[in-house]
Formats: sequence, C-alpha cells, structure tokens
Amino acid sequence: MLMTLSKDSMSITREQDVVPCRNRVKEVAVKIGMGIVNQTKLVTAASELVRNILRYADSGEVLIEVVSKGRESGIRLTFSDKGPGIADINLAMQDGYSTGRSLGLGLPGTKRLVNEFDIKSTVGQGTVVTILKWKNG
Amino acid sequence: MDKIPILRMGPFLLVTIQIDLYDRLALNLETDLINMVHKTGARGVLIDISAVSIVDSFMGRILGNIASMTRVLDAETVVVGMQPAVAITLIELGLSLHGVHTALDVERGMALLQTKHSLDDEMAGDDADDTE
Repeated sequence: MLMTLSKDSMSITREQDVVPCRNRVKEVAVKIGMGIVNQTKLVTAASELVRNILRYADSGEVLIEVVSKGRESGIRLTFSDKGPGIADINLAMQDGYSTGRSLGLGLPGTKRLVNEFDIKSTVGQGTVVTILKWKNG
Repeated sequence: MDKIPILRMGPFLLVTIQIDLYDRLALNLETDLINMVHKTGARGVLIDISAVSIVDSFMGRILGNIASMTRVLDAETVVVGMQPAVAITLIELGLSLHGVHTALDVERGMALLQTKHSLDDEMAGDDADDTE
C-alpha cells in the first residue's frame, strides 16, 4: 500500500516559479537519500511539467509528496491546472507531437524519466499529471 | 532582471552559466550571444554548463539553436562541462544535442575551438596561394 509521509504544495503562476519548484523537489529528493541520477531525472521531469502548466494553462499547482510502499520510498509529484485540457492524450504522448512551438518531447520524455506516470485531462476543465520516482527506481 | 555575462577572449566568446536558468533567461542568452558574435566577429563560442544541474528539453533546444545560429554566422559553438547525470537525463528525455560540439571541460573545449579556428586559417591561406 502506498503511504504519504509528507506533503507540500506550491503554486505556479509565472515563469520564474520553475526555479524554486525545481529546488524544492531537489531538496526533498536529497532528504530521502535519492541518488544524483534519479534526482536529476525527477527534477528535469518536474521542469518539463511546470513549463507545460505555464505554456498551456498560465497557472497551476504542484503537490510534492514523499511516499512509501513497503521498504521503498519515493517522491510523487502532482501537477494540476485548470487550463484548456488535452483533446487527444494518446497523440500528446507521442514523441515529436506538439500543439505549441516545442520539440514535443515534454510528455513522452517525462514519462521515460520516471517510474510511474499518469495523466488525466478534460477538455475545458484542465489537466492533472502525476509522476512517481522511487528512491532506487 | 538576471543576465548571463558573455566574456570575450581573443577570437572567442566565453559563457559560464552559474545560475538556474528559466526560459526567458535562456532565450535572452541566445539573443545576446548571436548579437555578440555578429558585433565582435567571434569565430567560436564556448558555453560552460558545469554548474548547471539540469538541462530540460527547452534548454536543450536553446543550446542547439545557439549552435546552429552561430554556425550561419561563421562561428562554432562548443558546450563543455556537462555533468554525467545531466547527460544521462538528456538522452533518456530524447535529446541528443545533434549538431552541438561538446567537450569534457573548458580546457578541451578551448583546444577544440583553437583547432577549428587554425584549420579555417590554413584553408584561407591555401585559397590565397591558389589565386596567386
């Protein structure tokens, strides 16, 4: 069973917010003893998803949780926004697809960097992306 | 507003990124560098990212853009000092920094730029001989 050990949330409203958000995620990752490669992957994933919030929804929120399952601990990040939503999630998850002016690596690339990836989106209501990285994952 | 300083070293420009980049800052660096290359006629650009703990898809794209843009202005760009964890993450993310020269550290990066620069000079010298 997945247990939440601690919780922290941050709001994302402007471009500069990506810096404290990355720092906060890194701090928590260091605190649970995550190795440097996994830390870097998680922080990079967070950076991609914060950018998506800013680009497509203007503002949103990030929830940072330390979770555990059995003897394994990890970090779960939830990125939620009340933006336009994604009409075709399968298409958005394809490498190279983008409705914005980007490389289209954000979502599929992020998925490769973490252990668990979940995306829920309703057109006109918003998008919630949840990622989980195990300490030794 | 934060700004990343660009130093001039002979025919080359040197940039050391020591603060956390957000998108606007990276875009400004791109513009500043291209303008500097144009203004100074620099033949090479060295970007030291040894203090950068993450490079995401946007920053990766900016590095690629800088390399392509300086190339059409006849200057080579070399990115040096990438941390191993950053390299692993970039490739898994799907960015291979195609077309960007890289070197392990500043010293090797400078040597690479020097080599390219002197090769260009030699070729220019050959051309001059041919026309005689």
